[in-house]
Amino acid sequence: MDQKGYRRGSFQSSTSDEDMLEIAGASVDLSTADDDPPLDREMGGFSTYNGGGMNGKSTMMDFLEEPLPGVGTYEDFNTIDWVREKSRDRDRHREITNRSKESTWALLHSVSDAFSGWLLMLFIGLLAGSLAGLIDISAHWMTDLKEGVCLAGFWFNHEHCCWKSNTTFTDRDKCPEWKSWSQLILGYGEGAFAYILNYFMYVVWALMFSLLAVLLVKGFAPYACGSGIPEIKTILSGFIIRGYLGKWTLVIKTITLVLAVSSGLSLGKEGPLVHVACCCGNILCHLFTKYRKNEAKRREVLSAAAAAGVSVAFGAPIGGVLFSLEEVSYYFPLKTLWRSFFAALVAAFTLRSINPFGNSRLVLFYVEFHMPWHLLELVPFILLGIFGGLWGAFFIRSNIAWCRRRKTTRLGKYPVLEVFVVTAITAILAFPNEYTRMSTSELISELFNDCGILDSSKLCEYVNDFNSTNGDDLPDRAAGPGVYTAMWQLALALVMKVFITIFTFGMKVPSGLFIPSMAVGAIAGRLLGVAVEQLAFYHHDWAIFSGWCSQGADCITPGLYAMVGAAACLGGVTRMTVSLVVIMFELTGGLEYIVPLMAAAMTSKWVADAIGREGIYDAHIRLNGYPFLEAKEEFSHKTRAMDVMRPRKNDPPLTVITQDSMTVEDVETIVTKTTYSGYPVVVSRASQRLVGFVLRRDLIISIENARKKQDGIVSTSIICFTDYCPPLPPSSPSVLKLRSILDLSPFTVTDETPMEIVVDIFRKLGLRQCLVTHNGKLLGIITKKDVLKHIAQMANQDPESILFN
Amino acid sequence: LFPQAPTMFAQCSRNSVSPMVLLVVLGCLLCPPAQASKSSEDIRCKCICPPYRNISGHIYNKNVSQKDCNCLHVVEPMPVPGNDVEAYCLLCECKYEERSTTTIKVIIIIYLSVVGALLLYMAFLVLVDPLIRKPDPYTQPLHNEEESEDTRSLAAVPTPAGARANTVLERVEGAQQRWKRQVQEQRKTVFDRHKMLS
Repeated sequence: MDQKGYRRGSFQSSTSDEDMLEIAGASVDLSTADDDPPLDREMGGFSTYNGGGMNGKSTMMDFLEEPLPGVGTYEDFNTIDWVREKSRDRDRHREITNRSKESTWALLHSVSDAFSGWLLMLFIGLLAGSLAGLIDISAHWMTDLKEGVCLAGFWFNHEHCCWKSNTTFTDRDKCPEWKSWSQLILGYGEGAFAYILNYFMYVVWALMFSLLAVLLVKGFAPYACGSGIPEIKTILSGFIIRGYLGKWTLVIKTITLVLAVSSGLSLGKEGPLVHVACCCGNILCHLFTKYRKNEAKRREVLSAAAAAGVSVAFGAPIGGVLFSLEEVSYYFPLKTLWRSFFAALVAAFTLRSINPFGNSRLVLFYVEFHMPWHLLELVPFILLGIFGGLWGAFFIRSNIAWCRRRKTTRLGKYPVLEVFVVTAITAILAFPNEYTRMSTSELISELFNDCGILDSSKLCEYVNDFNSTNGDDLPDRAAGPGVYTAMWQLALALVMKVFITIFTFGMKVPSGLFIPSMAVGAIAGRLLGVAVEQLAFYHHDWAIFSGWCSQGADCITPGLYAMVGAAACLGGVTRMTVSLVVIMFELTGGLEYIVPLMAAAMTSKWVADAIGREGIYDAHIRLNGYPFLEAKEEFSHKTRAMDVMRPRKNDPPLTVITQDSMTVEDVETIVTKTTYSGYPVVVSRASQRLVGFVLRRDLIISIENARKKQDGIVSTSIICFTDYCPPLPPSSPSVLKLRSILDLSPFTVTDETPMEIVVDIFRKLGLRQCLVTHNGKLLGIITKKDVLKHIAQMANQDPESILFN
Repeated sequence: LFPQAPTMFAQCSRNSVSPMVLLVVLGCLLCPPAQASKSSEDIRCKCICPPYRNISGHIYNKNVSQKDCNCLHVVEPMPVPGNDVEAYCLLCECKYEERSTTTIKVIIIIYLSVVGALLLYMAFLVLVDPLIRKPDPYTQPLHNEEESEDTRSLAAVPTPAGARANTVLERVEGAQQRWKRQVQEQRKTVFDRHKMLS
């Protein structure tokens, strides 16, 4: 499959990135086994390539025509050039289409190339669904392991253990096969000593799980900690983080996610599931040439994989696609929409066939009631929205402050100890209160649940009057003592969750944010719902209730308030809008509750936006200094390109390379002395007329290769970037032609261009740098980092916080 | 779970064999749930009936299909006389449930074995590996050098340029060294310099 005749670095070489080449003594390690790059991250010269024991095959091809392997790839922690990647893909596609007319084999090849995207989506859906099933089942089991063991088979959790036994009506939740730890060790389950023993075992298990998780993360894959969504957002906007979506990260994240969730910490698994799904997407991309070699196409696949991840987390395929569109992706062409939907559906199907929860539902807290609601209930719903917004803003501020402290002070030097202490505090505080002792998903499930006759939980202990019931339709009733106990226990749980989540999110274990926020909102919603219900019961003759809530009618559903509260809090933290509403109504299976959900989500977003502009993920991106150019904000200042470009007035002039008058030695000196990632090529120093732009990495690779493989290239050889090199006297060394690595169409703006237009160009085209000209002569360069620093400066933030290149 | 496994996998992946291999693996992963779900003890219809007049509450389980999962088929013997059956059945709540014990067992055992393997490998790396590496004359003097020199010497030492590392052991060694360096870099970025994921 040797393609010939390409300009601009579109390579179709027969070797892939995974082979290593021997170039100039040191090996350029291009193995993408774990997306392993050359480690000259500091870019201090071209002699610090890392080596490795392996020498791969180096197919030496015609140097003038075949682009080198390595040319056109990117350094770690660098931004890709979207324009170049997209045009490379178009070239490749054009080539395949042209060749398809030649032979049947080529025709089949073109058909399979078109089909490969769908096949890849199928694989991603299957793998993501399987991994989600594994995570669900294991987490369910391990959470119950803290409380006891099943004697009928240690792999059963509490619910499955009691599945087969004959239980009586009054003892519906107990069964003889399930033994709590005190029953196992002491032989009896009641009494103070048994309680203390249970408490002790709970804390011990929680500590063991979380310590194991943090040790595995630290030892095998440090990139597996945290939520993953801020980094994935940055990767999808064009940043390269090698190893972040690799095999080891996938394995470790899956394993430690289960451990972290089971240890009772206040975190969820939805954010990390998105990371897991994107890892699957990245790994499976290596099977198909089309996606392996092109970074822009790969990001399309990653957008679809993110949709599949949310789809299995919530059982909401459409919500997943919208989440990918709204929160995670940077560019989302229509083709990606259709493919994301396919991947999300396949993932949901796979998870359903694994059936982790035994009732063909994909989420533990699926809601099945469809009680109507009244318009006047919008008032408490909007109150819940305001609460959600306030809590969201409070959480973001405090979490960012704590993470900043972790980043800058000595607290960050003891990650294992930090996890240990936080888990110990969480476990010790959580055990006494039954609502914090159960896993957060179960808590949400119980709060969302509408009380029926058969519910035996404390929350449903209303004063029943069995003689007057008609069927399953229970009227509003007075709260019994069980409900009052549950109320104050829930209030305590709310306070605890609000504060402990601030310290948990961002620790060095995989941690997600969706479930804790939903729990906070659900508790607040249920409290408000029960309050309104009791108000309506005791004062059914007030004007606001008399019209629609007569005595004996079932008008208030506290479960609905819990759902609306959960949506409000989640919206306040993440600032999701459409995707949140769609996820919530896919959870409920009906359209009845769209209006309350929308009202609460909008209110919470408005309130939260009034206090602080950024959602939690954008705040973390800014905290870490990732080079993420925000696509949603307007740039409204009146600066011009000449104010932002480099070099500034007092700086040395722009480092340029001339098209045919510099020697290899001159260029090597420039490359070693400066750390820029690219150099403009001009006709001559006097005229400064622009020819093109050449990247540092391509220059280094080409020169090294030429020195090694081509005859007659020495330090005094002239480098020529044009088609027709100037004739030289016969005694001079041969010319090194590097036309093939030159980008002949760099983007330019004039120095008077307003910065709004420049920022717009960077956003819409995904540029990495842009040249500035004045009266046709090259004046300076603006890179993405300059743009980000300028935006930060204009917003009175610290421009030095933009760390990466 | 050894680092050479991803390398070898990656090197094979260019061929068209690898999609087939992946399909086989995925099929095996999904086989247990597909074939195992129909064991008879894993399906049931569960009806919970609350106390009614002077009859206490009771739970009825029966192995019926989904369309027969209602009060009339499952509640046997019916505790109330014929004219009260309808009122009684209105209170009862019947649910069809199925599960697959084989899936659960397989998944938990897979998970525990993966965790066990990772723990063993970590113990090996921490305890046994430094002992094995001691006699190697090349790595001893390199301990004190900086990482960049470390990598270059490692590259220069084992095989001359152009020759292939033919033995499997040497390839394994190389892959493992590369992976260790990568993890070290990641650890420095995340834990020490706090450049990412803070």
